Amino acid sequence: MITHPFTYQAPSTLEEAVEELGRSGDSKVIAGGHSLLPLMKLGLAQPEALIDLRRIASLRAIRTESDGTIVIGALTTHRDIAHDPIVRAKLPALAEAAGAVGDLQVRARGTIGGSIAHADPAADEPAPALAYDATIRAVGPKGRRDIRASDYFKGTFETALADDEIIAEVRFPAPAGRSGSAYEKFAHPASGFAITGVAALVTLKADGGIERAAIGVTGAAAAAYRATAAEKALAGTNGDAKAIAAAAAKASDGIAALSDLAASSDYRKHLVTVFAKRAILRAVTRARA
Amino acid sequence: MGHTVTLTVNGTSYTREIEPTLLLVELLRETLSLTGTHVGCDTSQCGACTVLVDGRATKACTMLAVQADGATVITVEGLAKNSEMHPIQRAFAKEHALQCGFCTPGLMITAVDFLERNASPSDAEIRHAIEGNLCRCTGYHNIVNAIRSASAEMRQTAGVRPKVAAEVNR
Ligand SMILES: Cc1cc2nc3c(=O)[nH]c(=O)nc-3n(C[C@H](O)[C@H](O)[C@H](O)COP(=O)(O)OP(=O)(O)OC[C@H]3O[C@@H](n4cnc5c(N)ncnc54)[C@H](O)[C@@H]3O)c2cc1C
Ligand code: FES
Ligand code: FES
Repeated sequence: MITHPFTYQAPSTLEEAVEELGRSGDSKVIAGGHSLLPLMKLGLAQPEALIDLRRIASLRAIRTESDGTIVIGALTTHRDIAHDPIVRAKLPALAEAAGAVGDLQVRARGTIGGSIAHADPAADEPAPALAYDATIRAVGPKGRRDIRASDYFKGTFETALADDEIIAEVRFPAPAGRSGSAYEKFAHPASGFAITGVAALVTLKADGGIERAAIGVTGAAAAAYRATAAEKALAGTNGDAKAIAAAAAKASDGIAALSDLAASSDYRKHLVTVFAKRAILRAVTRARA
Repeated sequence: MGHTVTLTVNGTSYTREIEPTLLLVELLRETLSLTGTHVGCDTSQCGACTVLVDGRATKACTMLAVQADGATVITVEGLAKNSEMHPIQRAFAKEHALQCGFCTPGLMITAVDFLERNASPSDAEIRHAIEGNLCRCTGYHNIVNAIRSASAEMRQTAGVRPKVAAEVNR
């Protein structure tokens, strides 16, 4: 039950939605509603006006641009991302992360734009967004702006997005060369959210060794982050089990790990290294296949 | 401010004047008196409120009724056709997949969405598909048996019986 009254509208263009969002300081956009409506039921969010994006069909598509960039409209559901053949082939860590969100019903309604905008520290899709070096394209009253994922996640529910901006799409550069990627998640047994989630992308040299690695970690800290120490440790190695284990051991270096009933901060840091190892191992196996 | 919404529920078109705060599950149960869809938690956890919205299993407690304007909704009341039960309903009865029955409508709707897209699932896939539906009575074992048993019957009658959870693009 929602008791706090609000006005509702569903404009058919992004321009109108931006204009409506700017009209009142207390308005919010709604996409899948699977983070916002629970907050509104609890009274933790009490927007005066809801602007529903559902009629803006252009936000729902997945397309590939001429340079190979895979563009995912903000309104694309976790379910559609997980099943999309292009995403599965080119961005398997994203397909796996989307397929690991919540449950079947949550995936049917929740969207990538909502997940990235909401920035729950335990959300799945921020990890592949970081590993693939995705760009978040936001539209606001002053026009369009691209934000790199590595500059975007600031803290718990805190991002580089301004209150008057709407995410239009999330842009994933196609991984170059001989590369492979994977997502590994340790899910909270009750909520399904990530206690730890690691997305790994590796690119191989001609001799099969590791040229570079990009690792995005979610669930462990206040904000999803790039495990740069682990990336550096992996680059230039031959990519065998020992090198992977040594690099993965650095995946929680320097973080202030979250601590809650499900996992203490020490345990979380340990989980990050274990799931980083698994994700890197699968990424390397895929790159070599 | 009231909004006029028109939606199709179980094949019948309804137009109603509603407040934006009204949840889809409240519209179904309280406005349209379709009380087969249950509310267990009202916090998106239990899946008792699951209905098909445009062919996709959706927790109706986590969608505003105004968001369903123009949508095609199927509730548990829409599963039987011409008083003949859907294979999933027969399978739940046959396999003793319910005790109190509170979770049953939501579980059957989730199962129909799942089985119409995965005709021959493994038990692990069935268990993964019903992660969003909680049952406090059965221990799930017979529910998994029922979904597996329904999948066999649905494979045999595929093509004859129209799909319930066909995707609706709007
Ligand atoms: C039971 C349950 C389990 C879940 N489990 C998981 C899980 O395991 N992993 C996981 O990652 N997530 C999980 N989620 C969250 C789910 O993924 C949400 O779908 C997601 O966090 C928000 O997407 P949404 O489209 O529902 O956004 P909404 O709820 O509509 O919006 C969320 C916030 O983002 C803003 N917003 C939405 N779209 C945009 C946009 N395009 N531009 C700017 N701002 C926008 C809204 O104003 C709001 O503040 C779960 C949710 C539930 C209810
Ligand atoms: S009542 Fe909707 S999920 Fe429990
Ligand atoms: S049969 Fe009682 S909750 Fe499932």
